[in-house]
Amino acid sequence: MEADNTSVPMKILVALLFIFLLAPVILVVPLSFSGEQILSFPPESWSLRWYAALADNPKMISAFWTSLLLGAIVTAISLAVAIPAAYVIVRMRTLGSSFLYNLFTAPLLLPTIVLGLAILIVFASIGFLGTFPGLIIGHLVITLPYALRVLATTLGNLNLACEEAASTLGARPITVFRRVTLPMMAPGIVAATALCFLVSFDEVVITLFLTGPRLTTLPVELFHHVESRADPLVASVSVLLILLTLAVVMIVDRSVGLSKTFVK
Amino acid sequence: MTAITASAPPAAPRLALGRTGTAIALLLPIALINAIGFILPVLNLLRMSFNEALAGGGVRETVTFENWTGLFGDSFYVELILNSITVSLSITLATLVVSYPIALYLHRSTGRWRTFLTVLVISPLLTSAVVRTYGWIALLADQGPIVSGIAALGFAPPRLMFNTTGVIIGLTEILMPYMILSLLAGFGRLDPRVEEAAMSLGAPPIKTFWRVILPLTVPGIALGCLLCFVLAVSSFITPKLLGGGRVFLLATEIYDQAIVTLNWPLAATLSMLVLIIFGAALAVYARILRAID
Repeated sequence: MEADNTSVPMKILVALLFIFLLAPVILVVPLSFSGEQILSFPPESWSLRWYAALADNPKMISAFWTSLLLGAIVTAISLAVAIPAAYVIVRMRTLGSSFLYNLFTAPLLLPTIVLGLAILIVFASIGFLGTFPGLIIGHLVITLPYALRVLATTLGNLNLACEEAASTLGARPITVFRRVTLPMMAPGIVAATALCFLVSFDEVVITLFLTGPRLTTLPVELFHHVESRADPLVASVSVLLILLTLAVVMIVDRSVGLSKTFVK
Repeated sequence: MTAITASAPPAAPRLALGRTGTAIALLLPIALINAIGFILPVLNLLRMSFNEALAGGGVRETVTFENWTGLFGDSFYVELILNSITVSLSITLATLVVSYPIALYLHRSTGRWRTFLTVLVISPLLTSAVVRTYGWIALLADQGPIVSGIAALGFAPPRLMFNTTGVIIGLTEILMPYMILSLLAGFGRLDPRVEEAAMSLGAPPIKTFWRVILPLTVPGIALGCLLCFVLAVSSFITPKLLGGGRVFLLATEIYDQAIVTLNWPLAATLSMLVLIIFGAALAVYARILRAID
Protein backbone atom coordinates (compact mmCIF):
# COMPACT_ATOMS: atom_id res chain seq x y z
CA MET A 1 0.00 0.00 0.00
CA GLU A 2 1.17 3.48 -0.74
CA ALA A 3 2.03 5.84 2.07
CA ASP A 4 -1.01 8.07 2.33
CA ASN A 5 0.27 10.88 4.48
CA THR A 6 2.92 11.85 1.93
CA SER A 7 2.39 15.20 0.27
CA VAL A 8 2.42 15.57 -3.51
CA PRO A 9 5.72 17.54 -3.70
CA MET A 10 7.37 14.84 -1.63
CA LYS A 11 6.03 12.16 -3.99
CA ILE A 12 7.40 14.05 -7.00
CA LEU A 13 10.77 14.43 -5.27
CA VAL A 14 10.93 10.72 -4.47
CA ALA A 15 9.99 9.84 -8.07
CA LEU A 16 12.76 12.11 -9.42
CA LEU A 17 15.31 10.57 -7.05
CA PHE A 18 14.29 7.09 -8.16
CA ILE A 19 14.85 8.18 -11.76
CA PHE A 20 18.32 9.41 -10.78
CA LEU A 21 19.04 6.09 -9.07
CA LEU A 22 17.90 3.93 -11.96
CA ALA A 23 18.86 6.13 -14.92
CA PRO A 24 22.29 4.65 -15.76
CA VAL A 25 21.06 1.06 -15.59
CA ILE A 26 17.91 1.70 -17.63
CA LEU A 27 19.82 3.82 -20.14
CA VAL A 28 21.97 0.94 -21.40
CA VAL A 29 18.89 -0.76 -22.87
CA PRO A 30 18.14 1.89 -25.55
CA LEU A 31 21.89 2.50 -25.96
CA SER A 32 22.46 -1.11 -26.93
CA PHE A 33 20.11 -0.68 -29.93
CA SER A 34 22.03 2.36 -31.15
CA GLY A 35 22.93 2.53 -34.82
CA GLU A 36 25.70 5.05 -34.17
CA GLN A 37 29.43 4.48 -34.42
CA ILE A 38 30.15 6.24 -31.15
CA LEU A 39 28.50 6.43 -27.75
CA SER A 40 25.75 9.06 -27.88
CA PHE A 41 22.41 9.42 -26.22
CA PRO A 42 19.77 9.56 -27.52
CA PRO A 43 21.00 7.70 -30.63
CA GLU A 44 19.94 9.17 -33.98
CA SER A 45 19.39 5.78 -35.54
CA TRP A 46 18.54 2.34 -34.26
CA SER A 47 19.96 -1.06 -35.16
CA LEU A 48 21.15 -4.38 -33.85
CA ARG A 49 24.69 -3.77 -35.11
CA TRP A 50 26.22 -3.75 -31.62
CA TYR A 51 24.77 -7.14 -30.84
CA ALA A 52 26.25 -8.34 -34.13
CA ALA A 53 29.55 -6.67 -33.20
CA LEU A 54 29.45 -8.51 -29.89
CA ALA A 55 28.97 -11.85 -31.64
CA ASP A 56 32.03 -11.02 -33.76
CA ASN A 57 34.20 -10.07 -30.80
CA PRO A 58 36.19 -13.15 -29.78
CA LYS A 59 37.85 -11.37 -26.84
CA MET A 60 34.52 -10.52 -25.20
CA ILE A 61 33.15 -13.99 -25.85
CA SER A 62 36.17 -15.78 -24.45
CA ALA A 63 36.14 -13.42 -21.44
CA PHE A 64 32.48 -14.31 -20.91
CA TRP A 65 33.22 -18.05 -20.89
CA THR A 66 36.14 -17.49 -18.53
CA SER A 67 33.84 -15.57 -16.15
CA LEU A 68 31.14 -18.23 -16.37
CA LEU A 69 33.54 -21.10 -15.73
CA LEU A 70 35.32 -19.18 -12.98
CA GLY A 71 32.01 -18.29 -11.34
CA ALA A 72 30.84 -21.91 -11.44
CA ILE A 73 34.06 -23.30 -9.99
CA VAL A 74 34.34 -20.60 -7.35
CA THR A 75 30.71 -21.16 -6.33
CA ALA A 76 31.15 -24.92 -6.08
CA ILE A 77 34.32 -24.63 -3.97
CA SER A 78 32.76 -21.89 -1.81
CA LEU A 79 29.84 -24.15 -0.92
CA ALA A 80 32.01 -27.22 -0.37
CA VAL A 81 34.27 -25.24 1.96
CA ALA A 82 31.73 -22.98 3.67
CA ILE A 83 29.04 -25.56 4.50
CA PRO A 84 31.31 -27.65 6.78
CA ALA A 85 32.85 -24.47 8.20
CA ALA A 86 29.44 -22.99 8.99
CA TYR A 87 28.39 -26.28 10.60
CA VAL A 88 31.44 -26.37 12.87
CA ILE A 89 31.17 -22.69 13.79
CA VAL A 90 27.43 -22.72 14.54
CA ARG A 91 26.86 -26.27 15.84
CA MET A 92 30.08 -27.56 17.37
CA ARG A 93 30.93 -24.35 19.26
CA THR A 94 34.24 -25.58 20.62
CA LEU A 95 37.07 -23.62 19.08
CA GLY A 96 36.25 -20.00 19.82
CA SER A 97 33.51 -19.89 17.20
CA SER A 98 32.92 -16.16 17.14
CA PHE A 99 36.62 -15.43 16.72
CA LEU A 100 36.80 -17.82 13.75
CA TYR A 101 33.61 -16.40 12.26
CA ASN A 102 35.01 -12.88 12.45
CA LEU A 103 38.36 -13.99 11.04
CA PHE A 104 36.80 -15.79 8.09
CA THR A 105 34.44 -12.92 7.23
CA ALA A 106 37.13 -10.25 7.76
CA PRO A 107 38.14 -10.00 4.06
CA LEU A 108 34.83 -8.18 3.46
CA LEU A 109 35.99 -5.36 5.72
CA LEU A 110 38.96 -4.57 3.51
CA PRO A 111 38.50 -2.43 0.42
CA THR A 112 38.99 -4.51 -2.72
CA ILE A 113 41.67 -2.12 -4.02
CA VAL A 114 43.80 -2.90 -0.94
CA LEU A 115 43.01 -6.61 -0.98
CA GLY A 116 43.73 -6.79 -4.72
CA LEU A 117 47.13 -5.15 -4.29
CA ALA A 118 47.95 -7.38 -1.31
CA ILE A 119 47.10 -10.53 -3.27
CA LEU A 120 48.95 -9.25 -6.35
CA ILE A 121 52.22 -8.88 -4.44
CA VAL A 122 52.05 -12.35 -2.88
CA PHE A 123 50.83 -14.06 -6.05
CA ALA A 124 53.55 -12.40 -8.12
CA SER A 125 56.19 -14.13 -6.00
CA ILE A 126 54.61 -17.58 -6.37
CA GLY A 127 53.81 -17.27 -10.08
CA PHE A 128 50.03 -17.19 -9.66
CA LEU A 129 49.43 -14.01 -11.68
CA GLY A 130 47.42 -14.40 -14.86
CA THR A 131 46.60 -18.01 -14.02
CA PHE A 132 43.26 -19.68 -13.49
CA PRO A 133 44.13 -21.07 -10.01
CA GLY A 134 45.22 -17.57 -9.00
CA LEU A 135 41.86 -16.16 -10.08
CA ILE A 136 40.01 -18.94 -8.24
CA ILE A 137 41.79 -18.24 -4.95
CA GLY A 138 41.44 -14.48 -5.40
CA HIS A 139 37.69 -14.84 -5.87
CA LEU A 140 37.30 -17.35 -3.04
CA VAL A 141 38.75 -14.76 -0.65
CA ILE A 142 35.63 -12.64 -1.14
CA THR A 143 32.96 -15.26 -1.94
CA LEU A 144 33.71 -17.42 1.12
CA PRO A 145 32.80 -14.69 3.64
CA TYR A 146 29.44 -14.17 1.92
CA ALA A 147 28.77 -17.91 1.77
CA LEU A 148 29.76 -18.38 5.40
CA ARG A 149 27.60 -15.48 6.54
CA VAL A 150 24.48 -16.68 4.70
CA LEU A 151 24.96 -20.34 5.69
CA ALA A 152 25.77 -19.60 9.35
CA THR A 153 22.65 -17.42 9.58
CA THR A 154 20.55 -20.19 8.03
CA LEU A 155 21.97 -22.82 10.39
CA GLY A 156 21.52 -20.56 13.41
CA ASN A 157 17.84 -20.09 12.58
CA LEU A 158 17.13 -23.82 12.15
CA ASN A 159 15.19 -25.59 14.83
CA LEU A 160 17.44 -28.10 16.58
CA ALA A 161 14.52 -30.40 17.44
CA CYS A 162 14.59 -32.37 14.14
CA GLU A 163 18.31 -33.03 14.36
CA GLU A 164 18.00 -34.05 18.01
CA ALA A 165 15.13 -36.38 17.19
CA ALA A 166 17.12 -38.07 14.43
CA SER A 167 20.08 -38.35 16.77
CA THR A 168 17.97 -39.82 19.57
CA LEU A 169 16.51 -42.37 17.16
CA GLY A 170 20.04 -43.63 16.59
CA ALA A 171 21.22 -41.87 13.43
CA ARG A 172 24.95 -41.27 13.29
CA PRO A 173 26.09 -37.59 13.20
CA ILE A 174 27.04 -37.78 9.52
CA THR A 175 23.63 -39.29 8.68
CA VAL A 176 21.86 -36.59 10.70
CA PHE A 177 23.79 -33.96 8.80
CA ARG A 178 23.17 -35.51 5.39
CA ARG A 179 19.54 -36.51 5.84
CA VAL A 180 18.22 -33.78 8.16
CA THR A 181 20.44 -30.70 8.47
CA LEU A 182 21.44 -30.36 4.83
CA PRO A 183 17.89 -30.56 3.39
CA MET A 184 16.71 -28.04 5.98
CA MET A 185 19.52 -25.69 4.92
CA ALA A 186 18.38 -25.78 1.27
CA PRO A 187 17.07 -22.17 1.07
CA GLY A 188 20.31 -20.85 2.54
CA ILE A 189 22.33 -22.96 0.14
CA VAL A 190 20.39 -21.62 -2.85
CA ALA A 191 20.93 -18.07 -1.61
CA ALA A 192 24.64 -18.67 -1.01
CA THR A 193 25.00 -20.20 -4.47
CA ALA A 194 23.42 -17.22 -6.17
CA LEU A 195 25.36 -14.73 -4.07
CA CYS A 196 28.74 -16.43 -4.64
CA PHE A 197 28.13 -16.68 -8.36
CA LEU A 198 27.05 -13.04 -8.71
CA VAL A 199 29.94 -11.78 -6.56
CA SER A 200 32.46 -13.79 -8.58
CA PHE A 201 30.89 -12.98 -11.93
CA ASP A 202 30.79 -9.24 -11.13
CA GLU A 203 34.17 -8.90 -9.41
CA VAL A 204 36.39 -6.29 -11.10
CA VAL A 205 38.94 -4.69 -8.82
CA ILE A 206 40.73 -7.74 -7.37
CA THR A 207 40.49 -9.48 -10.73
CA LEU A 208 42.04 -6.46 -12.46
CA PHE A 209 45.19 -7.07 -10.42
CA LEU A 210 45.27 -10.80 -11.11
CA THR A 211 44.39 -11.13 -14.80
CA GLY A 212 46.99 -11.15 -17.53
CA PRO A 213 46.96 -10.38 -21.25
CA ARG A 214 45.93 -13.93 -22.12
CA LEU A 215 43.45 -14.58 -19.31
CA THR A 216 40.77 -12.04 -18.53
CA THR A 217 37.21 -12.00 -17.20
CA LEU A 218 34.22 -10.22 -18.68
CA PRO A 219 34.03 -7.33 -16.17
CA VAL A 220 37.75 -6.67 -16.58
CA GLU A 221 37.43 -6.78 -20.37
CA LEU A 222 34.50 -4.34 -20.12
CA PHE A 223 36.54 -2.08 -17.87
CA HIS A 224 39.42 -1.97 -20.35
CA HIS A 225 37.00 -1.39 -23.20
CA VAL A 226 35.28 1.55 -21.47
CA GLU A 227 38.68 2.93 -20.52
CA SER A 228 39.93 2.98 -24.10
CA ARG A 229 36.85 3.49 -26.31
CA ALA A 230 33.42 5.06 -26.10
CA ASP A 231 31.15 2.96 -28.29
CA PRO A 232 27.81 1.21 -27.66
CA LEU A 233 29.37 -2.29 -27.55
CA VAL A 234 29.47 -2.29 -23.74
CA ALA A 235 25.74 -1.48 -23.72
CA SER A 236 24.84 -4.66 -25.58
CA VAL A 237 27.03 -6.71 -23.21
CA SER A 238 25.43 -4.93 -20.26
CA VAL A 239 21.91 -5.77 -21.41
CA LEU A 240 22.84 -9.45 -21.63
CA LEU A 241 24.48 -9.25 -18.19
CA ILE A 242 21.40 -7.61 -16.69
CA LEU A 243 19.22 -10.37 -18.18
CA LEU A 244 21.54 -13.02 -16.72
CA THR A 245 21.43 -11.35 -13.29
CA LEU A 246 17.64 -11.13 -13.50
CA ALA A 247 17.47 -14.85 -14.27
CA VAL A 248 19.64 -15.71 -11.25
CA VAL A 249 17.62 -13.38 -9.02
CA MET A 250 14.32 -14.85 -10.20
CA ILE A 251 15.55 -18.36 -9.47
CA VAL A 252 16.47 -17.23 -5.95
CA ASP A 253 13.19 -15.40 -5.53
CA ARG A 254 11.18 -18.47 -6.57
CA SER A 255 13.03 -20.69 -4.12
CA VAL A 256 13.66 -18.52 -1.05
CA GLY A 257 12.46 -14.97 -1.52
CA LEU A 258 14.63 -12.06 -2.56
CA SER A 259 14.31 -9.90 0.52
CA LYS A 260 15.49 -12.72 2.79
CA THR A 261 18.63 -13.10 0.73
CA PHE A 262 19.87 -9.61 0.11
CA VAL A 263 18.43 -7.51 2.90
CA LYS A 264 20.23 -8.50 6.03
CA MET B 1 43.49 -28.02 21.07
CA THR B 2 44.97 -30.35 23.71
CA ALA B 3 43.71 -28.02 26.40
CA ILE B 4 40.17 -28.37 25.09
CA THR B 5 40.44 -32.14 24.93
CA ALA B 6 41.90 -32.33 28.44
CA SER B 7 39.20 -30.14 29.98
CA ALA B 8 36.38 -32.07 28.30
CA PRO B 9 34.16 -34.17 30.58
CA PRO B 10 36.03 -37.36 31.50
CA ALA B 11 32.98 -39.47 30.67
CA ALA B 12 33.53 -39.07 26.94
CA PRO B 13 37.18 -38.24 26.32
CA ARG B 14 37.38 -40.10 23.01
CA LEU B 15 34.31 -38.38 21.70
CA ALA B 16 35.77 -34.98 22.56
CA LEU B 17 39.01 -35.85 20.80
CA GLY B 18 37.08 -37.10 17.80
CA ARG B 19 34.94 -34.00 17.73
CA THR B 20 37.93 -31.67 17.95
CA GLY B 21 39.70 -33.60 15.21
CA THR B 22 36.63 -33.45 12.98
CA ALA B 23 36.16 -29.76 13.65
CA ILE B 24 39.76 -28.99 12.72
CA ALA B 25 39.52 -31.10 9.57
CA LEU B 26 36.31 -29.35 8.51
CA LEU B 27 37.75 -25.89 9.15
CA LEU B 28 41.09 -26.58 7.48
CA PRO B 29 40.10 -25.65 3.88
CA ILE B 30 38.58 -22.28 4.80
CA ALA B 31 41.50 -21.53 7.14
CA LEU B 32 43.99 -22.35 4.39
CA ILE B 33 42.30 -20.10 1.81
CA ASN B 34 41.96 -17.36 4.43
CA ALA B 35 45.68 -17.65 5.24
CA ILE B 36 46.93 -17.70 1.63
CA GLY B 37 44.49 -15.16 0.23
CA PHE B 38 44.00 -12.79 3.15
CA ILE B 39 46.23 -12.98 6.26
CA LEU B 40 49.53 -13.54 4.46
CA PRO B 41 48.93 -10.92 1.73
CA VAL B 42 47.79 -8.26 4.21
CA LEU B 43 50.74 -8.80 6.57
CA ASN B 44 53.04 -8.80 3.56
CA LEU B 45 51.47 -5.53 2.39
CA LEU B 46 52.15 -3.92 5.76
CA ARG B 47 55.76 -5.17 5.55
CA MET B 48 56.05 -3.89 1.98
CA SER B 49 55.24 -0.34 3.08
CA PHE B 50 58.58 -0.32 4.95
CA ASN B 51 60.62 -1.60 2.00
CA GLU B 52 62.63 0.54 -0.36
CA ALA B 53 61.52 0.97 -3.95
CA LEU B 54 64.27 0.71 -6.54
CA ALA B 55 64.13 2.26 -9.98
CA GLY B 56 62.42 0.07 -12.60
CA GLY B 57 60.06 -1.69 -10.24
CA GLY B 58 62.55 -3.42 -7.96
CA VAL B 59 62.07 -3.74 -4.22
CA ARG B 60 64.83 -3.87 -1.60
CA GLU B 61 64.02 -5.62 1.67
CA THR B 62 64.78 -3.20 4.45
CA VAL B 63 63.09 -1.22 7.18
CA THR B 64 62.68 2.39 6.18
CA PHE B 65 60.09 5.01 6.96
CA GLU B 66 60.90 6.86 3.77
CA ASN B 67 57.66 5.88 2.01
CA TRP B 68 55.71 7.32 4.89
CA THR B 69 57.74 10.49 5.41
CA GLY B 70 58.03 10.99 1.65
CA LEU B 71 54.25 10.87 1.37
CA PHE B 72 53.74 13.76 3.77
CA GLY B 73 56.70 15.72 2.43
CA ASP B 74 55.44 15.68 -1.16
CA SER B 75 52.83 18.32 -1.87
CA PHE B 76 51.34 16.17 -4.65
CA TYR B 77 50.51 13.42 -2.16
CA VAL B 78 49.37 15.75 0.59
CA GLU B 79 46.96 17.30 -1.91
CA LEU B 80 45.92 13.86 -3.17
CA ILE B 81 45.09 12.70 0.35
CA LEU B 82 43.20 15.87 1.24
CA ASN B 83 41.42 15.78 -2.12
CA SER B 84 40.38 12.15 -1.56
CA ILE B 85 38.94 12.99 1.83
CA THR B 86 37.08 16.10 0.65
CA VAL B 87 35.69 14.40 -2.45
CA SER B 88 34.58 11.41 -0.35
CA LEU B 89 32.93 13.71 2.20
CA SER B 90 31.12 15.58 -0.60
CA ILE B 91 29.93 12.28 -2.07
CA THR B 92 28.75 11.11 1.35
CA LEU B 93 26.81 14.31 1.93
CA ALA B 94 25.29 14.26 -1.57
CA THR B 95 24.33 10.59 -1.17
CA LEU B 96 22.67 11.34 2.16
CA VAL B 97 20.65 14.22 0.69
CA VAL B 98 19.36 12.24 -2.30
CA SER B 99 18.79 9.01 -0.34
CA TYR B 100 16.98 10.40 2.70
CA PRO B 101 13.65 11.17 0.99
CA ILE B 102 13.58 7.73 -0.64
CA ALA B 103 14.36 6.01 2.66
CA LEU B 104 11.72 8.05 4.50
CA TYR B 105 9.14 7.26 1.83
CA LEU B 106 10.06 3.54 1.91
CA HIS B 107 9.83 3.52 5.70
CA ARG B 108 6.29 4.87 5.50
CA SER B 109 5.03 2.61 2.73
CA THR B 110 3.75 -0.89 3.33
CA GLY B 111 2.89 -4.18 1.67
CA ARG B 112 3.61 -5.00 -1.96
CA TRP B 113 4.41 -1.40 -2.89
CA ARG B 114 7.17 -1.37 -0.29
CA THR B 115 8.55 -4.70 -1.53
CA PHE B 116 8.53 -3.44 -5.10
CA LEU B 117 10.35 -0.23 -4.17
CA THR B 118 12.88 -2.17 -2.08
CA VAL B 119 13.64 -4.36 -5.09
CA LEU B 120 14.11 -1.18 -7.17
CA VAL B 121 16.58 0.11 -4.57
CA ILE B 122 18.53 -3.15 -4.44
CA SER B 123 18.56 -3.86 -8.19
CA PRO B 124 21.38 -1.41 -9.04
CA LEU B 125 23.55 -3.27 -6.50
CA LEU B 126 23.26 -6.35 -8.68
CA THR B 127 24.53 -4.43 -11.69
CA SER B 128 28.26 -4.14 -12.22
CA ALA B 129 29.86 -0.82 -11.26
CA VAL B 130 31.45 -0.82 -14.73
CA VAL B 131 28.01 -0.92 -16.35
CA ARG B 132 26.58 1.83 -14.15
CA THR B 133 29.64 4.03 -14.69
CA TYR B 134 29.31 3.43 -18.43
CA GLY B 135 25.69 4.61 -18.20
CA TRP B 136 26.90 7.80 -16.53
CA ILE B 137 29.52 8.34 -19.23
CA ALA B 138 26.71 8.30 -21.81
CA LEU B 139 24.60 10.67 -19.69
CA LEU B 140 27.32 13.14 -18.74
CA ALA B 141 29.22 13.29 -22.06
CA ASP B 142 29.80 16.68 -23.67
CA GLN B 143 27.19 15.90 -26.36
CA GLY B 144 25.05 13.97 -23.86
CA PRO B 145 21.45 14.70 -22.86
CA ILE B 146 22.25 16.53 -19.62
CA VAL B 147 24.83 18.93 -21.04
CA SER B 148 22.67 19.58 -24.14
CA GLY B 149 19.66 20.12 -21.91
CA ILE B 150 21.49 22.71 -19.84
CA ALA B 151 22.78 24.38 -23.01
CA ALA B 152 19.26 24.44 -24.49
CA LEU B 153 18.09 26.37 -21.42
CA GLY B 154 20.58 29.07 -22.37
CA PHE B 155 23.29 28.38 -19.81
CA ALA B 156 26.94 27.80 -20.61
CA PRO B 157 27.36 24.04 -21.15
CA PRO B 158 29.24 22.70 -18.12
CA ARG B 159 31.87 19.98 -18.25
CA LEU B 160 30.48 17.07 -16.29
CA MET B 161 32.90 14.33 -17.30
CA PHE B 162 36.59 13.63 -16.83
CA ASN B 163 36.60 15.89 -13.78
CA THR B 164 35.72 15.76 -10.09
CA THR B 165 32.09 16.78 -10.73
CA GLY B 166 31.53 13.67 -12.86
CA VAL B 167 33.13 11.43 -10.26
CA ILE B 168 30.93 12.92 -7.52
CA ILE B 169 27.72 12.52 -9.57
CA GLY B 170 28.52 8.94 -10.58
CA LEU B 171 29.63 7.74 -7.16
CA THR B 172 26.68 9.42 -5.45
CA GLU B 173 24.30 7.34 -7.54
CA ILE B 174 26.39 4.18 -7.16
CA LEU B 175 26.44 4.47 -3.36
CA MET B 176 22.74 5.38 -2.98
CA PRO B 177 21.49 1.80 -2.38
CA TYR B 178 23.94 1.36 0.51
CA MET B 179 22.82 4.66 2.06
CA ILE B 180 19.11 3.90 1.62
CA LEU B 181 19.43 0.44 3.18
CA SER B 182 21.50 1.81 6.10
CA LEU B 183 19.02 4.62 6.70
CA LEU B 184 16.13 2.15 6.67
CA ALA B 185 17.95 -0.09 9.15
CA GLY B 186 18.32 2.90 11.48
CA PHE B 187 14.76 4.20 11.06
CA GLY B 188 13.38 1.68 13.55
CA ARG B 189 12.87 4.33 16.22
CA LEU B 190 10.81 6.52 13.90
CA ASP B 191 7.18 5.90 14.75
CA PRO B 192 4.63 7.68 12.52
CA ARG B 193 2.58 8.47 15.65
CA VAL B 194 5.40 10.68 16.94
CA GLU B 195 5.21 12.76 13.78
CA GLU B 196 1.43 12.91 14.02
CA ALA B 197 1.73 14.05 17.63
CA ALA B 198 4.10 16.86 16.65
CA MET B 199 1.86 17.93 13.78
CA SER B 200 -1.35 17.79 15.79
CA LEU B 201 0.29 19.92 18.47
CA GLY B 202 0.70 22.57 15.77
CA ALA B 203 4.24 22.10 14.54
CA PRO B 204 4.65 23.01 10.85
CA PRO B 205 6.04 20.21 8.63
CA ILE B 206 9.51 21.81 8.38
CA LYS B 207 9.74 22.13 12.14
CA THR B 208 8.48 18.56 12.64
CA PHE B 209 11.23 17.40 10.32
CA TRP B 210 14.05 19.31 12.01
CA ARG B 211 12.98 18.80 15.60
CA VAL B 212 11.39 15.35 15.54
CA ILE B 213 12.16 13.24 12.47
CA LEU B 214 15.80 14.16 11.93
CA PRO B 215 17.01 13.65 15.53
CA LEU B 216 15.30 10.25 15.68
CA THR B 217 17.03 9.10 12.51
CA VAL B 218 20.59 10.10 13.48
CA PRO B 219 21.70 6.48 14.08
CA GLY B 220 20.73 5.52 10.54
CA ILE B 221 22.35 8.64 9.13
CA ALA B 222 25.59 7.91 10.99
CA LEU B 223 25.67 4.31 9.77
CA GLY B 224 24.92 5.24 6.16
CA CYS B 225 27.50 8.03 6.17
CA LEU B 226 30.20 5.76 7.63
CA LEU B 227 29.52 3.11 5.01
CA CYS B 228 29.38 5.54 2.08
CA PHE B 229 32.47 7.45 3.15
CA VAL B 230 34.48 4.26 3.50
CA LEU B 231 33.24 2.99 0.12
CA ALA B 232 33.90 6.36 -1.53
CA VAL B 233 37.49 6.59 -0.24
CA SER B 234 38.29 3.13 -1.56
CA SER B 235 36.26 3.14 -4.78
CA PHE B 236 38.31 2.70 -7.89
CA ILE B 237 36.26 1.84 -10.98
CA THR B 238 34.11 4.97 -11.11
CA PRO B 239 36.88 7.53 -10.40
CA LYS B 240 39.13 5.80 -12.91
CA LEU B 241 36.57 5.74 -15.73
CA LEU B 242 34.61 8.95 -15.04
CA GLY B 243 37.76 10.81 -14.01
CA GLY B 244 39.42 9.84 -17.27
CA GLY B 245 42.88 9.88 -15.66
CA ARG B 246 42.47 13.50 -14.68
CA VAL B 247 41.10 13.02 -11.18
CA PHE B 248 43.71 11.86 -8.69
CA LEU B 249 42.39 10.01 -5.69
CA LEU B 250 43.91 7.48 -3.28
CA ALA B 251 42.43 4.39 -4.91
CA THR B 252 43.37 5.37 -8.47
CA GLU B 253 46.88 6.25 -7.30
CA ILE B 254 47.27 2.86 -5.58
CA TYR B 255 46.39 1.17 -8.86
CA ASP B 256 48.69 3.38 -10.94
CA GLN B 257 51.61 2.88 -8.57
CA ALA B 258 51.04 -0.88 -8.48
CA ILE B 259 50.41 -1.52 -12.18
CA VAL B 260 51.88 1.38 -14.15
CA THR B 261 54.79 2.76 -12.12
CA LEU B 262 55.46 -0.58 -10.38
CA ASN B 263 56.32 1.12 -7.10
CA TRP B 264 54.91 -1.49 -4.76
CA PRO B 265 56.26 0.00 -1.50
CA LEU B 266 54.51 3.30 -2.27
CA ALA B 267 51.29 1.50 -3.33
CA ALA B 268 51.43 -0.49 -0.08
CA THR B 269 51.93 2.68 1.96
CA LEU B 270 48.96 4.35 0.27
CA SER B 271 46.87 1.22 0.99
CA MET B 272 47.80 1.35 4.66
CA LEU B 273 46.82 5.02 4.63
CA VAL B 274 43.38 4.06 3.30
CA LEU B 275 43.04 1.62 6.21
CA ILE B 276 44.10 4.35 8.65
CA ILE B 277 41.42 6.65 7.21
CA PHE B 278 38.93 3.78 7.65
CA GLY B 279 39.96 3.52 11.30
CA ALA B 280 39.53 7.25 11.80
CA ALA B 281 36.06 7.17 10.21
CA LEU B 282 35.11 4.28 12.47
CA ALA B 283 36.32 6.21 15.53
CA VAL B 284 34.23 9.24 14.55
CA TYR B 285 31.22 6.94 14.06
CA ALA B 286 31.69 5.34 17.50
CA ARG B 287 31.91 8.80 19.02
CA ILE B 288 28.69 9.94 17.37
CA LEU B 289 26.88 6.82 18.58
CA ARG B 290 28.10 7.42 22.14
CA ALA B 291 27.00 11.05 21.96
CA ILE B 292 23.47 9.96 20.99
CA ASP B 293 23.16 7.55 23.91
